[in-house]
Amino acid sequence: MPTKIEKDAVTGRETTGHEWDGVKELDTPLPKWWLYVFFACIAWAAGMFVLYPSIPYGKGYFHGVLGYSQRAAVDADVAKLIAQRKGSMDKIAALSFDAIKADPALMEVALTSGRITFAENCQPCHGPGGGGRPGFPALAAGAWIWGGTLADIQQTVTHGIRSADADARQSAMPRFGADGMLKPAEIEAVADYVWATFYGHPTAGQDVSAGAKIFADNCVACHGDKGQGNRDMGAPRLASHVHLYGDTRETIVSQVTLPRQGVMPNWGTRLDPATIKSVALYVHSLGGGE
Amino acid sequence: MFIRHEFFEKNAILLLIGTLLTVAVGGIVEIVPLFTIETTVEHVEGMRPYSPLELRGRDIYVREGCYLCHSQQIRTLRDEVERYGHYSIAAESMYDHPFQWGSKRIGPDLARVGGKYSNDWHYAHLENAQEVVPESLMPHYAFLAETPIDPSDIADRMRTLRTLGVPYTDEQIADAKADLATQADPNADSAKLLARYPKANVVPGDGHRVTEMDALVAYLQMLGTLVNFADTNTERLQQ
Repeated sequence: MPTKIEKDAVTGRETTGHEWDGVKELDTPLPKWWLYVFFACIAWAAGMFVLYPSIPYGKGYFHGVLGYSQRAAVDADVAKLIAQRKGSMDKIAALSFDAIKADPALMEVALTSGRITFAENCQPCHGPGGGGRPGFPALAAGAWIWGGTLADIQQTVTHGIRSADADARQSAMPRFGADGMLKPAEIEAVADYVWATFYGHPTAGQDVSAGAKIFADNCVACHGDKGQGNRDMGAPRLASHVHLYGDTRETIVSQVTLPRQGVMPNWGTRLDPATIKSVALYVHSLGGGE
Repeated sequence: MFIRHEFFEKNAILLLIGTLLTVAVGGIVEIVPLFTIETTVEHVEGMRPYSPLELRGRDIYVREGCYLCHSQQIRTLRDEVERYGHYSIAAESMYDHPFQWGSKRIGPDLARVGGKYSNDWHYAHLENAQEVVPESLMPHYAFLAETPIDPSDIADRMRTLRTLGVPYTDEQIADAKADLATQADPNADSAKLLARYPKANVVPGDGHRVTEMDALVAYLQMLGTLVNFADTNTERLQQ
């Protein structure tokens, strides 16, 4: 116990009673307001310990008097949100595309939902506004590989392309070069033909008849005699200004040699049917819808 | 005695012991709950240790400091659940040593990125993120595609994790090198790999060698895919 508490002559305050080698310490108590706030905090903490999940013990923990759980809370929040949206989303799920389009208020909901979903999920590959980029298709007129009607888009988004879904859209261009179906010289010839005829870069005086014959023998079945493509097979239109893997002759050669087989995830496992319909409506509205 | 400060302050050993006891309270409060970790981790179907290629990918993820910009925890907040999917649960990182929850989101959360985009997208994006996402701030990781993976130490890595409690079997460790190669070769027979590591994502690779890029994509593509949340709910996750 402090034994030598004395009054300091200069400040008029008491000392703590400690003394080391003649050095004494003034007793400056904590401000009262600070002290009471501190005690209030301790009392508050005790209250929180009782009300909320706090103390772990053996096989479990004290759940608190209120029984609060962040997981239950977020479940409730999400359920509330779903309930709020239920009216519109149920309608979107139930009605046909034509009926949704005929209802401007509902269409606005669908386009807004579709835009937000697109930005989070689709834009990383297809780009803002569905412009596409090399390897990832443009969602524009004339560039549809599997079709650009609302039903086509809904089908593609739900089941994906070459995805794990049993109903995924499947197409596999043969590996003409890698599997030795065409010799390198033949691939060059057919690339010349496609480049000149469908990509619209004819070279004066160039004879592409050899390439035309190879094209007729190997490519026409899917891509069509005029390079118009075949949506049933997912064979892209060659006679177009938009090309999936780029607008160079090299990409034709590389695609014939060892075709890339792009994959689109089956969003049916991540998004609910009404959201997918909203996305289809949004994509359709971007300008390329059929 | 405890209010006799002088007593403690004038006795160094007692002061030391008193300090130790006080600090130990903080330690005990943090450590003792871990003794009950068995009941903290939810019992869910589907969790499995990382496949060898995913494990290497995870090591690269850690090495490159991906966790500095990407979190791997979907918090129990409505907007996060709306955007990223089901909130993360402890069981999903029970084989992570150390876990990759992260603390900052300069990039998006990756807890459920597996399967969200195609393998091709991941390769293109890692190589040059701005090529696919113009507004991205992510650095380029093209060098990963040029760095082959040395498979010789994969078994040791798995053994190390086993000492930390990851349940790798002897068979998994013995076949680690083969599994690693199989997962980066679409033409290989992946039946055994998939039996050992269900839902493993076979990456295209380049047919000659396995690169760090292949490993990282394999890892990213399995994130958050193992637990089937359609089969569970909050009540069942409650221990």
